[in-house]
Amino acid sequence: MSIVLLVVLVGIAVWVIGAYNGLIAAKNQTVNALKQIDVQLKRRHDLIPNLVKSVQAAMDFEKDTLQAVIAARNTAVNAAAGLDTQHVAATAKAEAALTASLGKLFALAEAYPQLTANANMKQFQEELTSTENKVAFARQLYNDTATSYNTKQQQFPTNLVAGMANAAIAELWEIEDQAEKAVPNVEFRRGA
Amino acid sequence: MNLFEQQAANRRKSRLLIAGFFLFFAWLGLGGDWLLYQATVVNGEPGGYRHVVPWGGIVMAGIAMLMVWNIRRTGADKVLSSAGAWAIETPESPAERQLVNVVEEMSVASGLPAPTLYIIDDPDPNAFVTGQDPARSHLAVTQGLLDLLDRDELQGVIAHEMGHVKNEDMQLMTLVAGLAGAIALLADGTGRILFRGSRHGVRLGGGGGGRGGKKGGGLIVIVLVLWLISWLLAPLVTRMLALAISRKREYLADAMAAQFTRNPLALASALDKIEKQPLPTKAIKHGVAHLCIADPLGWKATRNPGITGELFSTHPPMAIRVARLKAMGFQEAKKGS
Repeated sequence: MSIVLLVVLVGIAVWVIGAYNGLIAAKNQTVNALKQIDVQLKRRHDLIPNLVKSVQAAMDFEKDTLQAVIAARNTAVNAAAGLDTQHVAATAKAEAALTASLGKLFALAEAYPQLTANANMKQFQEELTSTENKVAFARQLYNDTATSYNTKQQQFPTNLVAGMANAAIAELWEIEDQAEKAVPNVEFRRGA
Repeated sequence: MNLFEQQAANRRKSRLLIAGFFLFFAWLGLGGDWLLYQATVVNGEPGGYRHVVPWGGIVMAGIAMLMVWNIRRTGADKVLSSAGAWAIETPESPAERQLVNVVEEMSVASGLPAPTLYIIDDPDPNAFVTGQDPARSHLAVTQGLLDLLDRDELQGVIAHEMGHVKNEDMQLMTLVAGLAGAIALLADGTGRILFRGSRHGVRLGGGGGGRGGKKGGGLIVIVLVLWLISWLLAPLVTRMLALAISRKREYLADAMAAQFTRNPLALASALDKIEKQPLPTKAIKHGVAHLCIADPLGWKATRNPGITGELFSTHPPMAIRVARLKAMGFQEAKKGS
C-alpha cells in the first residue's frame, strides 16, 4: 500500500516539475517574441528620417504632413523604451499613430509623378513595405506566443502551478488608437 | 475549419499514420522473431538453437538506421547541386531584393533563422526546402516561380516552405524513407529465405493438428500466413503509407503558411497559378518531390483520374488544397471550378 502511495507522490512531483518548466519556457518565448518586435521597430524608426529627407525636396508643400511623420516617429521611439510584456499598450498606440501618419504621406505622394516614377523611390517603398511587414509579423508572432502562454496559465490543472512560477498574463498587442480603426478621409485636391 | 483547427486535424492524422507505419515495421521484424521463438523455444528440440533475443527486429532496425544515416549524409548539397541551384550572395536585381525581403519577413513570422537562399534556372514554377536542422536550412526557388507570382503570392509559397522547416518535415520524411528503404531492400533479399522458412512453419503448424503434441499450432499458422502476406505486400504498403504521410504534411504546411501570413487566399491564388503550368520541373529530381510546393512531375502525376493517381502522389490534389485554404479565408470554393 505504501508503495502505491509513493508512486502516486512521485508521479505528482514529476507532473509539477513538468508544468512549472513548461510555464517558464512559455514565458521566455513570449519575452523573446516581444524583443523581436523591438528589433523591427528600431529598423522602422531608423528608416523614417531617411524617407522624409528623400521626399522633402519634391513634396515641399506638404510640410505639415512631413512634420507630423517625424513627430509621430519621435513619440514612438520614446514609447518603445518602456516596452515589456506588462506594458504593451503605450507602444502599440504610438506605433499605430506612426502608421497612420505614414499612410497619409504615401497617399499624398501619389500626386507627385516625379516621386512615383523614380526607381530609387520604388526601391525605398519596397524597403519600407518590407519593414512594415516585418513589424506586423513580429507583432503577430508575439500575439500568438502570448496567447499560448496566457492559455497555459489559465487552464486547469496548470493554473495551480502558475503562482509558483510567477506567471503573469502577458498583454496582447492590440490596435487601441481609434484613428487607425476609423475609415480614412480622402480629399481630392486639384494641382500641387 | 479555421487554420488552427486544420493544423490540429492534420497533425493528428499524420501522427496516426506515422504510428501505423512504425507498428507495421515492428510487426514485420518482431512477427518473425515471435514465430522463430515458437518454433525453437516452445516447440523445439532440446539442445537446438533457441531464438530468445529478437534478432530479426534488431537487424531490421539496424539496417533502417544505416539507410537514414546514408540519406542524411548525402542530403542537402547533392540535392541542390543536382538541381543546378546557385546561391544568392548579395541580391542584384529588384526581384532578388524582393525575394530576400520576403524570406526575411517569413523568418520573422515563423520565429526561425533565415534559410540560405538559392535560385534554380528552370522556367517551371516550383520551390523546395532542405536541410536536417531548422537552424541551418536551404531554400531554393525556380526562376519561373519568381516570374509568375506577385509579392503576396510569393510570400505564401515561402511561408509554406518555412512551415515544412518548422514542422521538421525533412527529418520526418528522411526517417520514413529510411524505414521504407530498409523494407524494400529486405523484402527483395529475404524472398528466398522466407520460402525455405515457410516449409518449417508448415511442418510446425500442420504437424500440430495431427500429433497434438505441439503447443499453439493453430495460432502459429495464422500468424505465419499473415506475416508472409505482410512481407509480400510490404514494399507496396510502406510506399502508400509514406506517401499518405507526405500528403498530410503538405496540408499541414499549407495551414502553417496561413498562420504565418494570415493571408491564405494569397497562397490559394499562387497554387492556382502554379497548377495552370502543365510542364514538369525538369531541374528538380524526384527524390525531393515531397519537399516541393507542387509535384515536380507536373500534370502527368496530378491529373491521373481515380484513386490510384491520388494514392501514389506525394502531394494532395491541388483543387482540395485550394479549397481548404479558401475555407481558412472564410470563402466558399466555387463549385465546379
